[in-house]
Amino acid sequence: MSEDELLSRRRDPTAAIAALPEPGRLIETATVPWRRRPDARSLERRGWGWTIWTVAISTPFFAVAALLVVLEPMLFVVSIWSIAHGIAIPALYARRGARSVVALGGARSSAGTAAPGAECMALGLLGDLVGHEARELVAERGLLMERGELGVWLLGERGAMLVRSHGRRTDCWCVRIGDAADLPAADRISHLLLALREDEAGFATVANMDFSGASWRIRVHMEKNARPALAAARRAARQG
Amino acid sequence: MSRLIRLDRTGHTTLAEWSAADREGYERASAAFARELDSGMIASATGPDGSAEVVRELPLDAGLIVLRRQIAGG
Repeated sequence: MSEDELLSRRRDPTAAIAALPEPGRLIETATVPWRRRPDARSLERRGWGWTIWTVAISTPFFAVAALLVVLEPMLFVVSIWSIAHGIAIPALYARRGARSVVALGGARSSAGTAAPGAECMALGLLGDLVGHEARELVAERGLLMERGELGVWLLGERGAMLVRSHGRRTDCWCVRIGDAADLPAADRISHLLLALREDEAGFATVANMDFSGASWRIRVHMEKNARPALAAARRAARQG
Repeated sequence: MSRLIRLDRTGHTTLAEWSAADREGYERASAAFARELDSGMIASATGPDGSAEVVRELPLDAGLIVLRRQIAGG
């Protein structure tokens, strides 16, 4: 593939349709040909990468805090300040991950901006596409649960979470509809659901991983109403 | 009865309905299907088991074909 072709695809996503990937794969993966398709092992490695990164950015703050107290106990205030930074910086990463997923009907939801009646119609179709359990969860918590090969997914009107490792770890993915301005909120979830079902690994290839870490770290930064959805996904991930 | 729908600002719009025996209806649906693909939409055939598959030609015996827009990383 020539550089011009690649640049053209980045500028115009519809250009990808002209050069389709092999059957069974998500069409949008043609827009990111340089990315590798993830599998369970590569996600595990990326997860560990995030853990190592978290330890690497926190440890110096804790080390400085300990050193200061050892050298001069009166500097404990500075030590506390350093410890606070060691805790706050990883928390900011987790917050960013949690906020990349927008729950239907939540504070940042686009629900209510669509044409009158459109949201009901979109919700009806979404309900038709999923089973009873997922339908109830999305209606009450705004996130759609979908079991996949890589783990249990939670889809928002923008963004997705992947709960894996028996519910202990959650990855946050930034993914959206290319041109969603006029779409009802529930339709946006339907878009992501269909893409996920078409090709799960392709979906994770197109989406950008914003965060990976312990599920409890994500939970504290989620909107309260959406937190039970994560708990349900963790239960589903434990059941396998 | 097979159905071709497009996810859009109204929630969704039914573009065509046809049955395996209705050749004319299928031809009309195929024409609408081709127009939507040309405009950049992606067609997804949804199965009763909750699966979805990208289709590039309209299946005669499909249940529900959903036309969606492209997704992208944030």
